[in-house]
Amino acid sequence: MTSKGKEENLLEIRDLYVRFHTLRGIVKAIDGVNLEVGYGEVLGLVGETGSGKTVTGLSILRLLEQNAEITGGEIIFQGKDLLKLPLKEILKIRGRDISMIFQEPKAALNPVMQVGDQVAESFLVHEDISKKEARERVLEIFRRVGLPDPERVYKSYPHELSGGMAQRVVISMALALKPKLLIADEPTSALDVTIQAQIMDLFRELINEMGTSVIYITHDMALAAEISDRIAVMYAGRIVEVAGTETIFENPLHPYTQGLLKSIPKPGYRGKLFSMEGEIPPLINPPSGCRFHPRCPKRFDPCDKEVPKLVEVEQGHKVACFLFGGVSR
Amino acid sequence: MDIREKIRGLVEYFRSEDFKITLILVRKSPLTILGLALTVFLVLVAVFAPLIAPYDPIKQDLKNRLQPPSWEHPFGTDQLGRDIFSRVVWGSRISLFIALIVVAISFTVGTTIGIISGYFGGKVDEVLMRITDMFMAFPRLVLALAVAAALGPGLFNTMLAIAFVSWVYYARLARASTLQIREEVYIEAARAIGASDRRILFLHVLPMVITPVIVQATLDMGGTILTAAGLGFLGLGVQPPTPEWGVMVSEGRRFITEQWWVSTFPGFAILLATLGFNLLGDGINDILNVRARR
Amino acid sequence: MDLKTYILRRLALMLFVLFGIIVITFIVSHVIPADPIGAILGPQAPPELVEKVRKEWGFDKPLPEQFVDYMVNLLHGNLGKSIRTNKPVAEDLMKFFPATIELATAAMIVAIAIGIPLGIISAVKKDKWPDHISRIFALMGVSMPVFWLGLILLFVLYYQLGIFPGPGRLDPGIEAPPRITGILTLDSLITGNFEAFTNAVWHLMLPSFVLGYYASASITRITRTSLLEVMTQDFIRTARAKGLSERVVLFRHALRNALIPTTTVIGMAYGSLLEGAILTETIFAWPGLGRYSTGAFLSVDFLAVMGSTLLIAVIYSVANLVVDILYAFLDPRIRYA
Repeated sequence: MTSKGKEENLLEIRDLYVRFHTLRGIVKAIDGVNLEVGYGEVLGLVGETGSGKTVTGLSILRLLEQNAEITGGEIIFQGKDLLKLPLKEILKIRGRDISMIFQEPKAALNPVMQVGDQVAESFLVHEDISKKEARERVLEIFRRVGLPDPERVYKSYPHELSGGMAQRVVISMALALKPKLLIADEPTSALDVTIQAQIMDLFRELINEMGTSVIYITHDMALAAEISDRIAVMYAGRIVEVAGTETIFENPLHPYTQGLLKSIPKPGYRGKLFSMEGEIPPLINPPSGCRFHPRCPKRFDPCDKEVPKLVEVEQGHKVACFLFGGVSR
Repeated sequence: MDIREKIRGLVEYFRSEDFKITLILVRKSPLTILGLALTVFLVLVAVFAPLIAPYDPIKQDLKNRLQPPSWEHPFGTDQLGRDIFSRVVWGSRISLFIALIVVAISFTVGTTIGIISGYFGGKVDEVLMRITDMFMAFPRLVLALAVAAALGPGLFNTMLAIAFVSWVYYARLARASTLQIREEVYIEAARAIGASDRRILFLHVLPMVITPVIVQATLDMGGTILTAAGLGFLGLGVQPPTPEWGVMVSEGRRFITEQWWVSTFPGFAILLATLGFNLLGDGINDILNVRARR
Repeated sequence: MDLKTYILRRLALMLFVLFGIIVITFIVSHVIPADPIGAILGPQAPPELVEKVRKEWGFDKPLPEQFVDYMVNLLHGNLGKSIRTNKPVAEDLMKFFPATIELATAAMIVAIAIGIPLGIISAVKKDKWPDHISRIFALMGVSMPVFWLGLILLFVLYYQLGIFPGPGRLDPGIEAPPRITGILTLDSLITGNFEAFTNAVWHLMLPSFVLGYYASASITRITRTSLLEVMTQDFIRTARAKGLSERVVLFRHALRNALIPTTTVIGMAYGSLLEGAILTETIFAWPGLGRYSTGAFLSVDFLAVMGSTLLIAVIYSVANLVVDILYAFLDPRIRYA
């Protein structure tokens, strides 16, 4: 799947800038992010905690907290800029055209409401059907996601479900109306490894069946690789590299990506574990120029003076690094 | 740590970012500042009462009874000719005194019992909790009234009665905090390296428990002033001629229709004093919450 | 565990609480006073009488035996005799407590009607003007001496401005309905006496507002805190992500969770209402437990004091029981405790 402009993209984020007003100062969380998601493709958005990947996801549906401010950019979805739409229109898109799921499945559900009713709510909000019909559709989708005894699950409360079951419920809720885009923010991080694998399988099945595009947000490169067609690597609020999954593993260009890949321990390896030196910078006072330069083993002259642009180095492979151009002029 | 180190530590704290943020938070909250101001004002009035009050609060002057507020008597005079302003000023001493003693006692006793109960658990905890349950089955004032009735009127008995009833709330609070902290990993770690229970209690548990309890104590100062005034109003607390605010409101009740000032000013003093502590306590609570959440 | 089992368990717990109340009242009445008999008979009693009563009532027996006697008496409804009214305390209490229940319940309605909406507004408009105003309003409520507020309002709104009726439950000219429950508003409704009903309600307004204001403060605070806390939780974000409007998120998801702690506070607030009743009934000439016990305190009518204390504690416990059951009904998680 290409990201180049010939085919229309389902979603395009252009020059997104987001900042947060906190007691300690202004946090420049997202600083010029550009991203595209094509029809039916899974884009893995990979980065460490604090890289801004969750904020990017939340910005698409305008679910950011009150102290957040989107100071620039566009998010084009089906020809419209989501950032400029009135709230009423966004409400129609949420849950129906674009859905989002989060990390802790049990916390994502209302503790005092039956889970079935919560999924039914998705139907009732966006479609004009009766409660009985909505209930039927919920039971149907519960069956589809592999929940045993759908009727009992319908009447259950979140604390009565296991983590895996809860996540299946959340997935049902998100995919109930067959959205075109699903934003999944670390959906399996809170689950046990065996459950994780099950959920990933379920995931793959469903999105293949429905042709949904996915932005799969995670800190785990390996996990992203399992499911993504393309991977975008994010660091300190900026995209540093984007490429097809295989390409990124075989030929990582950005020093950060290289460091990430080197950090994945290989089974059987007995030597010293690799770790990148330094830490994620505080985004109140980020480093000048390329935000990675303080930690970069390959830094040179322009790195602390200018911001490298995301430039296509080969077909479908973009990097933001002065080693590969990225100069604005 | 010796004194010099402690002072250095304190100075560093005042220069730290943490403290600066606390100051910003305080500044952002005008209500907290108001609370602080009112409380300080109350303390000053109480401390300097002899200098501020123009008249003797107890001396009667029947020729001047029930005079309306005037330049000589800003709050008017009561049914025995005493200057109400002076009485209100002196009353601040009494109210503050009662509040301080009662809160100090119930705070100390309650927190100690609560921490012991929460930390050691087991039978001790069970028994102590059942006891606090029994106390809490009564609305606070009601039980204080019964105890005050049993002990008889007077300043000392009033304080005893209120303290007797108040310690349970601190015990509960301290216990809840202790239970939370007990489960924290760093306590287990401390035990694993061989720290004694006493060391753990003083160094780790106490500092963490102190915070919510201090907030409660500040709010309780206000509550105690109200309770003491209530007891005074009902005739069970401090006895006349001692100028306690609640007693003054009660005495003025007969005259409310014509001489409204006799009851109004003491009651207003109660309001201001309690308000000050409540604002302060609320403010501290808010600030601690914001800091904890970050 | 389902709701029924929970209710049964809670009722069993209640018995234990009642026992605890009896123990404490015993301690306060028999153990704390230096001279219980002197306290009961009053300071004027001649010493021979005191000795006689001491033997008669078994105050010379060891403490555990006294406690058994006490319990037995209680179970027979014998709370002793009031030296003031010269009637059995139990009879007095029965006569006066419906008026207090009426007042406390009316005040509770006022407290909830003020407290919850104010708390919601405060949370939704956090740190803006409506929040500041309602917080100050609530703070004033909890800092003001109830008896003073009652006095002032009575003076201004009745005596000076004549808007509200004076002290008492009914105007002197109105015929009172026959006593069925003792609660005037109910009784007049049941017997179809609408004149008395409206008059009784009108009389109820000022005192229930004064009491209710005091109790509403804690309700406002907990609603605000609770709602603010709930709004930061994950499931609210999920609800928004489903495309629900902010209003639906607030009422259908947030409040259902946020009001749960409020229920507990309402139970506790009933306690402060009972306290407030003690302090204000005298001012409003309300013939309830408050006025009765105030009279008892002032004339050191010890047995009446103890009887009132006991009854009030029981009423408070029942209120908390109701609240706990309501809580379990609202929050399915708690039934598993």
